[in-house]
Amino acid sequence: MENFLASLFTFQGFAFYLFSFLTIILFWITVMSNNVLYAMTSLASGMVLISGFFFILGADFLGVVQLIVYVGAVMALYSFAMMFFDATREIKEKNTSGAVVFVLGGLSALMLVLMFAAPIHSESIQALYPMHEGVGNAQDVGIVLFTKYLVPFEVAALMLLVAMIAGIILAGKKMDQSLTEMMDEDAGEDEILTQKDEK
Amino acid sequence: MIGLSHYLIVSALLFSIGLIGVLRRRNLLMLFFATEVMLNAVNIAFAAISHFYNDLSGQMFAFFVIAIAASEVAVGLGILIVLYKKHGSLDLDDLATMKG
Repeated sequence: MENFLASLFTFQGFAFYLFSFLTIILFWITVMSNNVLYAMTSLASGMVLISGFFFILGADFLGVVQLIVYVGAVMALYSFAMMFFDATREIKEKNTSGAVVFVLGGLSALMLVLMFAAPIHSESIQALYPMHEGVGNAQDVGIVLFTKYLVPFEVAALMLLVAMIAGIILAGKKMDQSLTEMMDEDAGEDEILTQKDEK
Repeated sequence: MIGLSHYLIVSALLFSIGLIGVLRRRNLLMLFFATEVMLNAVNIAFAAISHFYNDLSGQMFAFFVIAIAASEVAVGLGILIVLYKKHGSLDLDDLATMKG
């Protein structure tokens, strides 16, 4: 307890406890809320706070990437996709029976315990690509990324290109027609399938 | 002082929250949110280990996790839109067409 209070009054300790408390609450709302908009906004703010963890840990470049990619791109993509779905409606979910939840929860808890209790030889871990003193994090990351991890980096770039094309093709089909009108005509179900066959 | 175990405990807690979401959600969009929570929890663990072992590999893996998450969202949302156009809902019980 004294240890906790002592660490609370350092900058790192205070920031750590604040961020962890807030992210846990926000992600709990994300998981438990029945409203899509609440879930999405709490997820976005939780991701902003997670970038705070990265800044405390000295991973400046990772924090900036988290802010730009997750909060800027992924959440914007979600909110654009939200325009296709009826976002204001409460989501009604039929929850599974208690026995299934009990068994699945018990099994995953057991798996987590086994994973964390597994013997880790933490003393024998050696830094493969150590950080350099007096060099900024972004420069360090850049040097390692463009020498040791160049091939995975290029493969990731190719994967993002493929994902972009796939997203455009999947979402862009029949984009000129309104979804609700298609529902009224009750023809939306067949049209997409027939259009696929024509091609 | 905040040590590595503090960060790992927070990461495990967030991962468990995401796992709860994956297990209890029936809406596909909400399932996507839960997987994002899990990916972020893993990223915290990577960054923490990278900091405390003074090694950059953890941050590299976190970058690739972010790249994979971004492409997963792009493809997944496209599939969700197609499914919504076809079925009019994103509930997994409505989408189950293989009745055994």
